[in-house]
Amino acid sequence: MIAVTDLTKVYRMGEEEVPALAGVSLAIARGEYVAVIGPSGSGKSTLMNILGGLDRPTAGSYRFGGEEVGRFSDDELADFRRRRIGFVFQSFQLLPRLTALQNVELPMVYAGVAPAERKARAKDLLERVGLGARVGHRPTQLSGGQQQRVAIARALSNRPDLLLADEPTGALDTHTGEEVLKLFEALNRDGLTLAIVTHDPDVAAQAHRRVAFRDGLIVSDERNAA
Amino acid sequence: MRFVELVRFALGAIVAHPMRSALTSLGVVIGVAAVVMMTAIGLGAQQRVTGAISGLGSNLIIVMPNFQRGPVSQGAGSGMSLRDSDAEAIARQVEDVAAVAPSVTSRAQMNADGANWNTRVEGVTPDYLIARDLIVAQGRMFDAREARQGKKVIVVGPTVARQLWGDADPVGRRIRVRTVPFEVIGVLESKGNAGLGQDQDDVALAPLEAVRSRLVGRRFRGDTIQTIYVKSTDADSLDRVQEDVIDLLRDQHRIRQGEEDDFQTQNMASILATMQAAVATFTVFLAAVAAVSLVVGGVGIMNIMLVSVTERTREIGLRMAVGARRSDVLIQFALESVALSMAGGLIGLAIGIGGALGVAKLAGWPAAIPPWAAPLALGFSMAVGLVFGAYPSWRAARLDPIEALRRE
Repeated sequence: MIAVTDLTKVYRMGEEEVPALAGVSLAIARGEYVAVIGPSGSGKSTLMNILGGLDRPTAGSYRFGGEEVGRFSDDELADFRRRRIGFVFQSFQLLPRLTALQNVELPMVYAGVAPAERKARAKDLLERVGLGARVGHRPTQLSGGQQQRVAIARALSNRPDLLLADEPTGALDTHTGEEVLKLFEALNRDGLTLAIVTHDPDVAAQAHRRVAFRDGLIVSDERNAA
Repeated sequence: MRFVELVRFALGAIVAHPMRSALTSLGVVIGVAAVVMMTAIGLGAQQRVTGAISGLGSNLIIVMPNFQRGPVSQGAGSGMSLRDSDAEAIARQVEDVAAVAPSVTSRAQMNADGANWNTRVEGVTPDYLIARDLIVAQGRMFDAREARQGKKVIVVGPTVARQLWGDADPVGRRIRVRTVPFEVIGVLESKGNAGLGQDQDDVALAPLEAVRSRLVGRRFRGDTIQTIYVKSTDADSLDRVQEDVIDLLRDQHRIRQGEEDDFQTQNMASILATMQAAVATFTVFLAAVAAVSLVVGGVGIMNIMLVSVTERTREIGLRMAVGARRSDVLIQFALESVALSMAGGLIGLAIGIGGALGVAKLAGWPAAIPPWAAPLALGFSMAVGLVFGAYPSWRAARLDPIEALRRE
């Protein structure tokens, strides 16, 4: 589904050019559960941003389902993120003004889903992540684990092809972190493709494949024995 | 992405901070209220001026003697160059004239039934009623024969009647104008206080001969008149009648080419146009000053929108991450600014109308609220919202989603 070839990304900091990705090639098939690991500054977040259509590569090719995403316009990237990608962030990124239900509805609003349908779908998703009784709560009335589960429901709302999670357990205690990981495991079993950026080896151990980064390059790529 | 949803997002953000939103709109409220009020008061003044001037008589040309040059120059109308023969000549020779009314005027003390009052007594002919658009409400006007004979009869204005007799009917009563006894034969219909500081009802009309011989004093020759009122048959012929009157009078007075007129003419239509233009200028000036506060209100909106964009950077990043296009973000923030501004415009419109009516009531000053006040106020506030919301919205739409999401 995803084919990345010789991908480079160079940031300009004034006069200086800082390479974040120095020629990365990677393929991810539908249904995979990949952990991207490495120290901070190794390029793993940059890769995630490019995979998610938030950023463009400097050079190289990023093909997603046959389309060359690397050359999309701003609007095409927005459409790509809306249709194909679900994001889960370390800091949840829920809108504090909105209820859990409204937060989950948000991506569907941009997708033009009719109000009645998106409400029903949002409710279903919140039930699936175990928050069926909390649809009317605002983020501040929810615990960290509950907030992250709302965020996951939101990421799933437009039925993405790929769920990208950036340190999804980073702001959670061990117990709630495990619950989130269990949820990921369940989603993957149902066929969802997952890529998780983490530097926590315990989190990475849950994935079925681990891609390690260092200095903008992939240094190892290992799979669980099937 | 449907427009309705963006409107919902924009209104949601406004409702989330009611106090801030209200204060942000306040500038536009004040601006629009000021513009509406100033326009309404200015237009009221315009109507009042129009009413006052057309109350003097429509299609009217006023002919007066020019000032007298000499050792002691005197003001306009002080000369004695107009004669009965001039009025007769105009009536006879100028076309499209509906009425010619010569007149002399004197202020005089009046005594009747133990009361007294000082008023302006006009010595006129019956045609004066036509020229000045006057109507006799009670009794009658004197006729041409009575006017010629100088019969001592008088028609009083409503103010005079009220001052001397209260509610009683004055017709048939005796009145002394200075020392001369007159008989009241009629009362004029009220023209109201048409402004310009003159009560048009405070007047009395008597036959020209009677006033000239008994009241205006020695310096008048037997056939001198002070003013000739000439009414043209319609508005279109007014200018031509005025020119004809001038030509005729120059001829009558044997004024040679290049010599100055010894009389002057005023055309009510041109006076009206001048006054209206003056008041219109004044109105535009007032409205322009008020519009400045509208601009200040717009700057206030821009300021808060910039703060809002900064505060909501993460929200903007998140919206982009879940698939909002830059144009969606742009429209959402522009709508927010327009909604704030238009809410202010609506409230300002209401306050402006209320204020104009209040001023009208308190100061006795008429306020005319033009039918286009509402669309204008809303249009202007929408424009203010768009113009001053454009930059903040553009800033929001240009944000880099990755950096926006990282912002604390």
